[in-house]
Amino acid sequence: MTPTDTRNPIVVTTERVGRAAVAGIEEIGMGAMMVVESFYWLIFGRREKQAVRLGAIAEQCMAIGIQAVPIIALLAATIGMMLAIQGIHTLRIFGAESRVTVGISFSVVREFAPLITGIVIAGRSGSALAARIGTMKINQEVDALYVMGINPVRFLVVPAMVAMLIMVPALTLFSDFVGLFFAGVYVNLDLGISLAAYMDQTIELLSVDDLMHGLGKSVIFSILIAVIGVVNGASVQGGAEGVGKATTRAVVQSISAIIVTDMLFAFVVTR
Amino acid sequence: MTETAQTSPRSVIEVRDLVTHYGDRMILKGISMDVHADEVMVIMGGSGSGKSTLLRHLMALEHHTSGTMRILGEDIDKLSGVELVELRQKLGVAFQGGALFSSMTVGENVMLPLFEHTGLDRKTMEIMARMKLEVVSLGGFENLMPSELSGGMIKRAAFARAIVMDPKILFCDEPSAGLDPVVASALDDLILLLRDALGMTVVVVTHELESAFKIADRITILDRGEILFIGTPDELRADPSERIQNLLNRVAEDDTMDADAYLNRLTGEQPAYRPL
Repeated sequence: MTPTDTRNPIVVTTERVGRAAVAGIEEIGMGAMMVVESFYWLIFGRREKQAVRLGAIAEQCMAIGIQAVPIIALLAATIGMMLAIQGIHTLRIFGAESRVTVGISFSVVREFAPLITGIVIAGRSGSALAARIGTMKINQEVDALYVMGINPVRFLVVPAMVAMLIMVPALTLFSDFVGLFFAGVYVNLDLGISLAAYMDQTIELLSVDDLMHGLGKSVIFSILIAVIGVVNGASVQGGAEGVGKATTRAVVQSISAIIVTDMLFAFVVTR
Repeated sequence: MTETAQTSPRSVIEVRDLVTHYGDRMILKGISMDVHADEVMVIMGGSGSGKSTLLRHLMALEHHTSGTMRILGEDIDKLSGVELVELRQKLGVAFQGGALFSSMTVGENVMLPLFEHTGLDRKTMEIMARMKLEVVSLGGFENLMPSELSGGMIKRAAFARAIVMDPKILFCDEPSAGLDPVVASALDDLILLLRDALGMTVVVVTHELESAFKIADRITILDRGEILFIGTPDELRADPSERIQNLLNRVAEDDTMDADAYLNRLTGEQPAYRPL
């Protein structure tokens, strides 16, 4: 039991705020170190006799990327159709329904595909990463790796991070196609514009820049998801309950980070 | 502190004036001890005595505040990353809960150090893993997942993984904790077998007196971060010190405490009580 604090409440509050700020900065620093360390092992691992295994990366790509294809496809299709419905509804005010393709193609490629992919991967794989590393930590498996002379960052973090770096942009590209296609299907059904004409318009409207805008964001998201998952997993304390807390925290933090980064990226790049 | 054994045959672990902290709290208060080659050294002590901390330091998992530690002749403060990895290949650790990787089969768990540190082909590694599993009487279990094993089997599988690289020193954390007496005794026999058949030095942390007397060549007793006794089991039995006799006869020790301090602790008033 801590003794009751008899100090001035202002002092106590200031101290509490200060401590929280320091803890937050410490966590960000830890995340930054994790990124640096991961790239170090990826590049110099072989020299230190700690080569990153391709098999482990492939395994993670499978778990993070390939197994997420159905859910990403479903959500991308839904978002595409939703955009078509709302776009047509809005443009009907001006009687400009046929211009709906403009809104759809830019929104899907620049915003919704990277965002929805990032959120799904954060929920599916960011949480799984936090839970796995947290469980391994409380079961002394991370210690076991150390004493076996296996660096845990190289063994656990790098494969997941590389897999995220490959799969999140790949899935974003995939949801670009799926989202655009299903939006086109709705436009075709509602406005009678042929799918071929819709595709033609879309290709004409979109530039490589727009595509890169979305994919560039997804690369940042992938690092954010991996780092937030790992940092939360690595700071687990207090058994199974701690793992649960860390997992929840990882999901909330990475989704928030994704949305904030998305806005900042758009602000910086489009101006 | 009975002896520091300067006349030792050959020390594989030398600890000198080791001081460690956990936060602001001093855990080990200047410990000096040696572990000789080919002996079973048992480290004992009650909860909070610092024995688990000492073990973590012996495995080079933590940073100490001051003092020196040499393992197999290497000063661990002066080792580079690669050298530390090389040293660790000569150490094996059987953790208290086994610490087997739950996503891998028992066989893959045992093979992992070989896979990471040797260039052997898979067939050879599989045979070596099976041989070690035979040593711990788990032959034929290599394709099971750790979740399918009993507590005693998990500990034995952890031993198999710890010895797969034929380490010079084997560390065991509470090998008999949570096991029934028969299985615990079988693990004690296994530790003796590993020392005799494979020529390993074994460091065991335990609080089981019976097991300690059965396997130990020498015993170290820690109490509140200090060494209370180092010597053979016979010397331990004959030691006249009251605290040691209390420990051997399982007499609980009462903390003598100042009445004012006790009152303060109960009422939660300053000066703040800092748990030991």
